[in-house]
Amino acid sequence: MSDHQFVEMSAVQIAAGVRSGAFSAVEVVSAHLSQIANHEGEVRSFVTQMGDRALAGAKAVDEKRARGEELGALAGVPVALKDNMAYRGVETTCSSKILKGWIPPYTATVIERLESAGAIAIGKTNLDEFAMGSSTENSAFSPTRNPIDLSRVPGGSSGGSAASVAARFAPIAIGSDTGGSIRQPASLCGIVGVKPTYGLVSRYGLIAFASSLDQIGPFARSVEDSSLVLDVISGHDDRDSTSLSSKSYSHQPLNGEVKGLRIGVITEMLDGLSPDVERALNQAIESLRALGAIVEEVSVPAAKFGLTAYYLIAPAEASSNLARFDGVRYGVRVEGKDMNETYELTRGQGFGPEVKRRIMLGTYALSAGYYDALYGKAQKVRTLIANDFDAAYGRFDALISATSPTVAFEFDSKSDPLSMYMSDVCTIPSNLAGHPAMSVPFAGDEDGLPIGIQVLAPSFGEGVMFKVAAALEAAADYRPVPQWASTGK
Amino acid sequence: MSLKDKYLITVGLEVHTELRTKTKLFCGCANQFGAEPNTNICPVCLGLPGSLPVVNRKAVEYAMRIGTALNCEIKHSVFHRKNYFYPDMPKDYQVTQYDEPTCINGYIELPITGKIVNIVRAHIEEDTGKSTHIGTSGRITGADYSLVDYNRSGIPLVEIVSAPDMVSGEEAREYVSELRSILVATGATDGKMEEGSLRVDANVSVRQVGTDELGTRCEIKNLNSLRSLVRAITYEARRQMEIVEEGGKVTQETRHWNEDLGRTSSLRSKEEAYDYRYFPEPDLSPLDPTTEEIEAIKANLGTLPPKRRATLVELIGGTPTKSEIEQIQTAINFGLDELILAGIDRKVPAKLSLARCANEVAGLITNLDSSYVVPSHKILEVLVKESIGELTPTQSKTVLARVVEDGGVDVSALIAELGFVAASSGEMDQLVDEIISESPSEWERYVSGEDQLAGFFIGKAMKKSGGKANGKLVSKSLNDRRSQLQG
Repeated sequence: MSDHQFVEMSAVQIAAGVRSGAFSAVEVVSAHLSQIANHEGEVRSFVTQMGDRALAGAKAVDEKRARGEELGALAGVPVALKDNMAYRGVETTCSSKILKGWIPPYTATVIERLESAGAIAIGKTNLDEFAMGSSTENSAFSPTRNPIDLSRVPGGSSGGSAASVAARFAPIAIGSDTGGSIRQPASLCGIVGVKPTYGLVSRYGLIAFASSLDQIGPFARSVEDSSLVLDVISGHDDRDSTSLSSKSYSHQPLNGEVKGLRIGVITEMLDGLSPDVERALNQAIESLRALGAIVEEVSVPAAKFGLTAYYLIAPAEASSNLARFDGVRYGVRVEGKDMNETYELTRGQGFGPEVKRRIMLGTYALSAGYYDALYGKAQKVRTLIANDFDAAYGRFDALISATSPTVAFEFDSKSDPLSMYMSDVCTIPSNLAGHPAMSVPFAGDEDGLPIGIQVLAPSFGEGVMFKVAAALEAAADYRPVPQWASTGK
Repeated sequence: MSLKDKYLITVGLEVHTELRTKTKLFCGCANQFGAEPNTNICPVCLGLPGSLPVVNRKAVEYAMRIGTALNCEIKHSVFHRKNYFYPDMPKDYQVTQYDEPTCINGYIELPITGKIVNIVRAHIEEDTGKSTHIGTSGRITGADYSLVDYNRSGIPLVEIVSAPDMVSGEEAREYVSELRSILVATGATDGKMEEGSLRVDANVSVRQVGTDELGTRCEIKNLNSLRSLVRAITYEARRQMEIVEEGGKVTQETRHWNEDLGRTSSLRSKEEAYDYRYFPEPDLSPLDPTTEEIEAIKANLGTLPPKRRATLVELIGGTPTKSEIEQIQTAINFGLDELILAGIDRKVPAKLSLARCANEVAGLITNLDSSYVVPSHKILEVLVKESIGELTPTQSKTVLARVVEDGGVDVSALIAELGFVAASSGEMDQLVDEIISESPSEWERYVSGEDQLAGFFIGKAMKKSGGKANGKLVSKSLNDRRSQLQG
């Protein structure tokens, strides 16, 4: 089998082949490593590559099979990991100068679960510093390019993970989504990205941006793969008090059967879409109707306050979560004349501008005299949003919207922070409500740039969410390929 | 008019007590005093990126026990983050409780004065690491460098906040002493101030007699002994009185107590005070104790010091003196009251057991480690011998010291080894014969009714026997002989 065939395979196909012995994990991993060697220079999806470890891990899977031992659901499947998850012995940076050189002494629960299912970590991927951004331009090291069009951003903050899957560096990747950081780059890179119900996946080992909003989820090139990965990584973890005790997700074969399902189109998320995105959304609605779903508009009134509430709550939590990066125990330290100056210099030089902006915002929102009017009120809005979603779910099984108002944009085209923040206007409300949502690639614009449709569901509604996504995936006649493949490079 | 008569002092206390859980508040590291620095640590209590806290249920139970013992309501409670930067705080925020603490609205009654001191709240929080500042200042400002031990980071604490109900250093001392008794009795803490498991911050203000409005307060941090507590409050109140007396204004600030200099000094003013930016800790769920859990804690709390004290007071009879109340406190603190009660059945006077327990036994136990078990049966054996005159008070104290030190000894063998075996009646008669024949004129005076001469003969008997004679028995023998003569 050729390298090309391996890198086009799904996770399900790879695991089946490795388990049956049709091919080895080493062959699979080697093919992906050579794909990385050929194209990483153009894409720059990784902060740290883990080639040697990956080959050793693949060899271990093959030996396990040779000994006749049971192999896991992701046997031999390469996985790219967002570099904000701790991996014992491997530098973990959050794409920030302040953490450069930090080597965690422990591994995130999600990574442990992936590896015990046989997945092979091939690298730590680039992100907007501390997951703050929507283009991966805020990485302290280098921007990541969108493999579909290298002149454009991959979205963010999990841009490196999304790009690595779109570039066929791995069939699956792991990201984190605080306000859209999985779904928006999935949409911009033409792949599937899932933000599960809050608490379904352990956050232990995920370096927190905004603890009450952060949720880890998968990227894949198919809905089925993303469902399989969610099965592997979900479930209770004693080390995370916010991980739910009983609910877990189980992967089911997906048939895309949506006949009779009631699907709402969120009215508040129809404004401000680019014409191509609007057209794609309308096509999606028609496709679902054609498949027998009942599709109607539904208002989720408080959703329009989501962005505002989010930019108080997320920075507030971030201002506290990021306090520990002070140069005392790990990471970068810039010595000053006394303790306070050491703090100031370390943080002044260690953090990039967007991170500083959010720390300032969050510190302000929590300050004495402003708390009630800012943070307190934002929390009330959060409750309203959850209530309005619940009301909508009284009438609908799932909701849809565009994932991103636009397709992938060019580098440096959104220098104004607010216009960048608007990229997440459709994705943020799910984080505030704690509900699951995912992006599935559905169409291309005039230039072939990917457009994703967002499918939203109530808490623990992953089953119906994947069903609707699978139907859209089947209905789509759009398969984005990397720029080098489309131009024959 | 002296300053003392002209001004009223108001004191409110914040007492931090370490809970004696096996593990820390949010991780599985050992909660242990005195380990090698930075050995009881893990990603969670080091606040490493990505680590998350998980609440120790035992710590919550202990906090609820404390609240129940302090007559508090046990409530739904929420953890908050208290944000400020300091090198011994690994996350640069402390997880604590803010506007919804586990325990609210309690009180305790002071043992000597009977005064009620209200408890505003008792909440759960994590301890910080321990800084050692190297350099002449001993403080972080001006230190050459600082060392941090994170073993203490994440140790569970309960902070008990009193209302500003106390009026002097002495009263504050009485409050802390009673509070400590109660805390130790709940089993939630060992109450050892010298190891830092009980630390006190004092809020002190003064106002002129005849005014109602409280004066501006200063907070004195980290008072680590009862002695420091009294001295610091007394000094601070005096300092504030002098400021007001000279027409000045007390500045609200946090102050540091220097034990060696006997002075408080400014740590930071109100302007420099931190804005802690409290907000609910998103990594933890609220605590919602059920009615059943609260009732179970009430049921299992055992008899608390106020009730135990009342029992002992009744045994002693009459109105107890201040020093007797202090002895009772000490006995209860060391769990020796049961021994005293057991002594009653063996006809040991309560006053005798109490004095020995408070003055001899407790003093010795203080120096022993926490795993020490009091050899109650053997102590009681000694007290019985003293009460029937087989041991003199001096001998009894010597024997007690040995028994407390080594609970495994055989009391009778020890007494024999020390040569404290009372002389046989034959030896005793011979001894008394000798002292009488050596001092015939004193004997005559004694016989004629000068009782005070008994002391003279006992002294002689002691001298002659090399201290082994039992004074009580000598006195009895003298009296018996006189009765016979008179009979």
